[in-house]
This record gives sequence, C-alpha cells and structure tokens, in this order.
Amino acid sequence: MTAQIPLVDYLVLGDEPHLEASECTSCGARFFDRRNACAACGASGFDRVPVARDGELRAFTIVSFAAPGVPVPFVAGVVDCKGTAVRANIVNVEPDSQHITLGMPVRLTTWSLGPDEQGTEAVGFGFEPVRVNGGRR
Amino acid sequence: MSEAVWILGIHMTKFGKHPDLDLVDLASEAAIGALADADVPMNRIGVLAAGNLLGAAQGIGQQLQKQIGQTGIPVYNVANACATGATALRTAIMAIKAGECDMGLAVGVEKLAGAGLLGAGARPSTSGTWTPSGRFGAVTALDGLVGTEAMPGVFAQVGMEYGHRYGGTSFELFARISEKNHAHSTLNPLAAYTKRMTLEQIMGDVMIAYPNTRPMCSANCDGAAAAVVVGDSALSALSLAQRRRAVKVSASVLTTDPWEPSCQVLPDVNTLTRNAARQAYEQAGVGPQDLDLVELHDCFATAELVHYDNLMLCEEGGAVDLFESGATWRDGALPVNVSGGLESKGHPIAATGIANVWEVCQHLRGEAGDRQIDGARVGLAHVIGLGSACGVHILERAAA
Ligand SMILES: [Zn+2]
Repeated sequence: MTAQIPLVDYLVLGDEPHLEASECTSCGARFFDRRNACAACGASGFDRVPVARDGELRAFTIVSFAAPGVPVPFVAGVVDCKGTAVRANIVNVEPDSQHITLGMPVRLTTWSLGPDEQGTEAVGFGFEPVRVNGGRR
Repeated sequence: MSEAVWILGIHMTKFGKHPDLDLVDLASEAAIGALADADVPMNRIGVLAAGNLLGAAQGIGQQLQKQIGQTGIPVYNVANACATGATALRTAIMAIKAGECDMGLAVGVEKLAGAGLLGAGARPSTSGTWTPSGRFGAVTALDGLVGTEAMPGVFAQVGMEYGHRYGGTSFELFARISEKNHAHSTLNPLAAYTKRMTLEQIMGDVMIAYPNTRPMCSANCDGAAAAVVVGDSALSALSLAQRRRAVKVSASVLTTDPWEPSCQVLPDVNTLTRNAARQAYEQAGVGPQDLDLVELHDCFATAELVHYDNLMLCEEGGAVDLFESGATWRDGALPVNVSGGLESKGHPIAATGIANVWEVCQHLRGEAGDRQIDGARVGLAHVIGLGSACGVHILERAAA
C-alpha cells in the first residue's frame, strides 16, 4: 500500500478520515492551527478532538479568478460541522449557484493530490453534497 | 477629560493611475494640500503619522519629511491593513488628546494601479517531497485547496453568510448595491471610475468570486489623502475663517476582532465593526438616526450590505430592507457612499481611511459641489482591514 500524508496535520487519514481540532481544556474553544495559547481565554492546555464529518453549508463563493497556479473555478465555503466551523472546498458538485445552496447538507470526503518523488501520496479533503439513499441528486 | 480634536485641513489627490508620480509625490501632494487647506505651515505641526501598507518597512513618513519639511518632530509609520489611513489619523488625534502637541498631520498613500488580486500569492510549484510546514502542517499552499484566501471570495462569503442568516439576498441584490455606488461616482471628479453602470452591465461583467463581479470589487488604484488635526485650545487662537471650516472629530475609535467561535475560519468583520460603532456613537453622543451621510468600507458589494447592519443603520437583520427602501441612495434618508465608494472611487489602501473622512468633511463644510448632501451636520466614516482592524470616525460641522 502506498504511503500517505495528509494535506494538513488536522486531517486524520485511515478507515474513516476526519478532521481533528485542538480544543481548549479551559473554555472549549476549537482551533485548527498550531497553538501558543487560547485566543478566547488565554489558557494553554488543549485536547485533540474529532470534528463531525457531517455538516451544513453556511457560506460559499464560487471563485472564478484566482492567483496564478490556482485552478478555477472552485467552490470555497464554510461548513458548520455540528457547531464547529470548518473552512473547505465544496467538491463533487457543479460549480454554479443552481447546484450549491446555503444550508445544504454536506459530508467530508478525501481525494488524492498525487505522489511525490518518493511515491508518498498527499491526501486533501473537501465536503460534498450528501446524496440521499445513494441516489443521484 | 481630554480636549476635543478638530480637522483643520484635509485633502485627497485624484484617485486613479498616476504612472508619473511615486509614493512620495502623492503623499507630498496630499500633505501640502492639507496644510494649505488648514492654512498652517509644516513647522507648526507637532506629530506626523504616516501610513503606507505595501511599503510598510520603508518609512514613508521620513521620506515625506525630506520633501516637505524636516522639522525633527516624531514620526509614526503605521500599517494596519485597510484600516491604515484611519490608524494614522487616530494616531495624530491620540497625540493631541495625550497633550503631547496641539497640532498633527496624518497621511495615507498607496500605489496599487494594476496590482491585481490581493490576499493571495501565486501557488509555488510543488516538487520533491511532500513536507509539512507552517501552522497547519500543510504540504503545499492551501489557497484554492482549502477554501480561498483572496479578498473577493472572502468577502463574498461574508455577504452569503448574512444572507443565510437573515434571508433576502441574491446576486441581483448585491449587484444593485454596486449600481448605486457607480451611479454616485458620476458626481465625484476625484473618483477613479466615474461611469454609470446598468444592472445588466454589472451582472454581466467578469465574475471574480460569486456573487462579486469585477465592478462589484474595490478598484485598485493610486492615491493619497492627508489631514491636519488640532486641539480645542489651539483652534480657539486661530482665525475665524479657520474655525468656521474646522470639522469636529466627535468620535475616533479603533477596534480589533474579539474571539468568536468561527472567526479564525472565516474572518468575522461584523463583531469588531459593531463594537467600533457602539463606542463611536457613545463617544459622540449621537445615534445612527442623527447621521446625514455615511462613508463605509464597501471593499466589495457584499461587504456594504453587512455593514449597514454592523453600523446599526438598520435593525439587526434588516440590511436588505434598508437597501430596498432606497434610503442609502444619495436622495434617500441615509445616503451611503455618495463618493462612489471603494467600488468606483477606488481603494488605494492606506489612503482610504483618510479619504473617506475627507468626503464627509466636504459635505459638512458645504463644499461638496454637485454631490453636496444639503444641510449635512453629522457624518460617519468607516474602514475595516482584515486581520482585523476597524476604524470609525464620527464628524460634526462646526457650530459657528
Ligand atoms: Zn480557552
């Protein structure tokens, strides 16, 4: 099996890929970056906690014009994962305002960014629309 | 209680393309214009606060002094994202309030013509070995892979989130806000773009980040603005002509974003603006209903909508209704961005937070020409920079 590395260190790969947040042990605030202390309360203790894989699309934009080297169009959004806000691309959907709607249910998915020279595959994440009963939307 | 501070003189350059002028030329033009407008010489100034975001390490304040007057006064070079100009102005105001001097000069200048997309760098080509780096342990640049870092998309989401919460928004609604500002710009000779645009033209233009098309984004351009501020006691010793044209700074506020549950995921431009507005109304002893005009930070059409609400120009959740009522057009009950706003006047970043104060002063002095809002007595100027920083100034016409 090919070795894998996540796109970001808060993406946990494996049988059930999911995101993991640093949760302040004092106030419960959640963060995705490396922390020096808590921006909400100033405490410095954190637990690693799993973030729900299912969520609701709270905001999105369809980016048609981006910096050089960034393929367009893509859909950027904010997903509310059972109370934890996550920044991500919305994937596996037509990038137009007919197919993407505020409030729609979405679910975490992963995809390959390709292998490096050692053959290690980088794996990214995004959220895709939840398909009811496995059928077509 | 520290003494009241007044705008004694203020000036902005034409915004647009100035290929033959460098930063120092533009800053000098604004500063010399503000001094002339104030009718005071450079050697009367006790503090200089200078803002230039893109060249923040180069000391624009001292470069400016070397052209218009090396008087040995303290210089504060400031950089605070899109609130840089407001920060410079507030720095000069604070020096007066602290009693360090009785007259100060604030300048903001930027050269941005042809700058392209802000907030996002080109993605480096990946090669070799996937190696985690940075605070997210990312193996490659995340812009476009984990959402967007470019401003048009960030502020698009800000507007969409408002629509999700309160309803009533649409591509067309946001485009109509832009239609208003482009219509307003036709009366402003200093705006970078002064062409009226139809709704169809705006919606049919190049899409940058849905729902923001190109004319719904702030225009990158060159420009500068400067203001001379003075304390109460020094003002009272000046001529009647100077005192009559002086504009009172009833409130000067700067805030940053307090922690909110999702503020590090999508920048929260709302809470800090609300906090700044609340503090400003309290300082000035006025309410939103007392305002005769507002210049707010429409870096994108989607942003203008949320700031109606954040500045409490409407009830919470009522921004769409406020716009639909026509109130924010120049002939409405509460004109917003009669200058044309950042979408047409332009947004030379560090100049913006003084240029919007200039616009309000023009109306309060009755000197705004064709676009004068008749009888204007109180106005508000707002800027916000991501990071974040929010500046709000409330200005009042002299009683004399
Ligand atoms: Zn905490």
